[in-house]
Amino acid sequence: MRIESEKQLRDYRKKLADADKKLTKKIMVCHGPGCLASGAEKVSEEFEKQLKRKKITGVTVGSIKKTGCHSFCEKSPLVAIEPAQILYTRVKVKDVAEIIEKSIKGDEIIERLVYHDPHSNDAIPKYPDIPFYKHQTRIALRNLGKINACDIDDYIRVGGYEAAAKALLKMTPEGVIDEVTKANLRGRGGGGFPAGRKWKSCRAVESDVRYVVCNGDEGDPGAFMDRAIMEGDPHTVLEGMIIAAFAVGAKDGYIYVREEYPLAVVNLQKAIEQAEAIGLLGDNILGTDFSLHLHINRGAGAFVCGESSALMLSVAGNVGEPRAKYIRSVVKGLWDKPTVLNNVETYANVPMIIANGADWFTSVGAPKNAGTKAFSLVGKVRHTGLIEVPMGTPLRTIIYDIGGGILKDRPFKAVQTGGPSGGCLAEQHLDLSVDFDTLTKHGSMMGSGGMIVMDDRTCMVDVAKYFLSFLVSESCGKCIPCREGLYQLHKLAIAISEGRAQESDIEKMEHLSEMVVTGSLCGLGKSGPNPFLSTIANFRDEYLTHIRDHKCSAGVCKELIKYEIDAEKCDGCMACIAACAFNAISGKKTKPHVIDQELCTKCGACVAACTREAIMVL
Amino acid sequence: MVSLTINGKVVRAEEGEYLLAVIRRMGIDVPALCDHAAVEPYGGCRLCMVEITKESWDGWKNYVTACLYPAEQDLIVNTHSEKVIELRTSLLDLFLARNPETPLIQKLAADHGLTKTSFEVVPEPNDCILCGICTRVCDEMGFAAISMVNRGHGREVAPPLNEAPPDCVGCLACAQACPTNYIKFEDIGTTRKIWGREFELLTCEKTGRPTITREFAAFLSKHRDIPEEYFKVNDEAHRDELASTMGRITRWSVQEETK
Ligand SMILES: Cc1cc2nc3c(=O)[nH]c(=O)nc-3n(C[C@H](O)[C@H](O)[C@H](O)COP(=O)(O)O)c2cc1C
Ligand code: SF4
Ligand code: SF4
Ligand code: FES
Repeated sequence: MRIESEKQLRDYRKKLADADKKLTKKIMVCHGPGCLASGAEKVSEEFEKQLKRKKITGVTVGSIKKTGCHSFCEKSPLVAIEPAQILYTRVKVKDVAEIIEKSIKGDEIIERLVYHDPHSNDAIPKYPDIPFYKHQTRIALRNLGKINACDIDDYIRVGGYEAAAKALLKMTPEGVIDEVTKANLRGRGGGGFPAGRKWKSCRAVESDVRYVVCNGDEGDPGAFMDRAIMEGDPHTVLEGMIIAAFAVGAKDGYIYVREEYPLAVVNLQKAIEQAEAIGLLGDNILGTDFSLHLHINRGAGAFVCGESSALMLSVAGNVGEPRAKYIRSVVKGLWDKPTVLNNVETYANVPMIIANGADWFTSVGAPKNAGTKAFSLVGKVRHTGLIEVPMGTPLRTIIYDIGGGILKDRPFKAVQTGGPSGGCLAEQHLDLSVDFDTLTKHGSMMGSGGMIVMDDRTCMVDVAKYFLSFLVSESCGKCIPCREGLYQLHKLAIAISEGRAQESDIEKMEHLSEMVVTGSLCGLGKSGPNPFLSTIANFRDEYLTHIRDHKCSAGVCKELIKYEIDAEKCDGCMACIAACAFNAISGKKTKPHVIDQELCTKCGACVAACTREAIMVL
Repeated sequence: MVSLTINGKVVRAEEGEYLLAVIRRMGIDVPALCDHAAVEPYGGCRLCMVEITKESWDGWKNYVTACLYPAEQDLIVNTHSEKVIELRTSLLDLFLARNPETPLIQKLAADHGLTKTSFEVVPEPNDCILCGICTRVCDEMGFAAISMVNRGHGREVAPPLNEAPPDCVGCLACAQACPTNYIKFEDIGTTRKIWGREFELLTCEKTGRPTITREFAAFLSKHRDIPEEYFKVNDEAHRDELASTMGRITRWSVQEETK
């Protein structure tokens, strides 16, 4: 069957919706990255096995949906029961029978499996009531947790491809561009460049061939927003690209997927085949004379391949190295043809804008920063996961309401946004609103959406050192400011962390940073000194303590700390003696133990082993 | 044609022509280590950075590599502003940390008032400035026998898998283009050694001296339509022949004139 008109699409959708209504209950087993890693597949298999055997009216094997990331990764594997909106956390195979008995056959809630507020310990069975979900608004991630990840019927049932039909059948390319421009959709891959303007410039270039490209390279360590979309809702990426290609006049498109994401490749490929089979992709889409062929490219495994010029060279089969040029890729991009490059999340927003209109989109978010942004919230927060919030949400809301505050209620110290070359914001920034312009103004950036929360046991010199070392190893090495400049910055940061630096080294690093920012060829080098620049701006005192007093107040920099046992607190349990691999701790049972500083390597094993917090970091 | 201002002088240039060419035509000296006439601009050394602005930019300035920035109408270029010189000096400071013993770098650094790097010299420094000229020249010749390997600070020029490169024909283009003579080769009698390979050199029928490698000659006659006979004599013999022809022409024309 091919769908060749709006009516056919609507009829097909109705048929699917009617069939779906017969299912009185649905079991959403999250198959997002976090849940898959903690055994979600076994759980869904068990549901299938048991439902095949049992006869329950209104519930079939089709009631089980293997969805994209439900959001609350920390509590994985997650199972949601719809339409009751009950969320079961940390579900094990052995829980399946009980869930079927009580919550599928009956309407009982299994309290043991629901979320409990960490402070009051109250059970909160429905996920919309959980603070982690309450403050979120899902646009780009709208279908994650709601539909089968790789099922075009499920996607169509919830309104999928309606936006593409609207664009192709009822709008002109210019009209589409106007709508996206009016919606002020800004690129979610980091730069925040208005997508509408990009599309317009691309369309304006005289050329017989144009391309649309999707950046799914997601190189930021710890980030997985784009992965979650590509794996969990691949059709939304396709639909966004169809609309973009129609708008700019492209007949071919490429999806560049990070090497480490094999499942994204599989699911996108399946989605392409499904869409082609019913005429929503390929030749003569929806019976029109518009055709688009989408191709998938596996990434080359380097962070820098996410940079636009490197990505396009890599797609074209060359070495993925940034190319110095002053001609924009909307004019001369892939194979030197006008090319639109957008991020996965950017494309995922497009169908919603076309379906609901620009005014609807700008009603969400902050001025000049319309819509939402997805983040992977990680680090020292109580609740981690994949979140999507309206732009303009204060950092405090994200960290304390959604994230549930700092682990063990330790003091908050910093939050790092923007990936490795992003920046760290401090306590005084907690009330800043999270949007492109505010974050940039305060020395960080949106990046593609990693958010790492740090507590008082994090040393900011160490953080700078860590990110610099990442960038040093990911620099392609083509241009000298980035290759040698970041290398020297990293060396100087090491010297500070080891107490070998002078105060003048800070000035030297600042001067060098400025040069690397101005002199580097591509965005990696241009933003490479950020880990240093933003930590020195907000945590200068901490740098000075390392240099002047040879002390690391967070107790992290090994060269500047020593461990000692507090004789008052030590009860002589010998746990630390067993934990120390270097035989540096001595003492008799029930008598306070002592650490031999000569033998201690500061590995920290004893600190972890001690149950009485008797080991002090000095 | 467009007209633009460079260091206060109004000059004309072809539209799209790179700034570096225009700057050089004016006799202005801007260091450009990764630039080479035989290959496309690269933008790696960053030394050719200049300051650009336009009346319409409201005082905003940008720093771009002259080797890659196309000449534009009304562009105002400063090749030696204070900031540009500071930038170049810092770049050379970094170069000195990587290539402390390389005369080319030492000279340029000294021109900018630097005799020693203010940074830590890298472990095992060498003379390769990673300008990529050799690999680009080799690509341009059509061999792509050597390439840049490793990312970041570990970047180096090497044949695939660090073994004798099978695609090398021993043409010597890389070694001759290398600005620091880092690429080593050896011609002994009719044997040439480069990149761990050994080639046999053809000998000139006239002078008996070595010409080019057998592999290179085969390549040129196959892919560049140069008759194989051409390689039977070396360049020197070609030149001798040309010189005697020229001499004959000169003598002939003098005779004609005096007639
Ligand atoms: C070093 C570097 C790495 C990048 N990595 C990514 C990436 O992984 N994903 C991405 O979408 N954009 C990445 N970008 C940004 C892209 O170059 C480009 O701006 C973006 O894909 C454009 O899409 P957007 O406007 O929709 O954000 C990177 C940029 C740089 C300089
Ligand atoms: S800035 Fe860094 S990553 Fe970009 S081209 Fe230069 S060396 Fe390569
Ligand atoms: S070997 Fe010579 S030509 Fe090749 S990159 Fe090094 S310095 Fe440049
Ligand atoms: S000559 Fe090296 S960057 Fe221009």
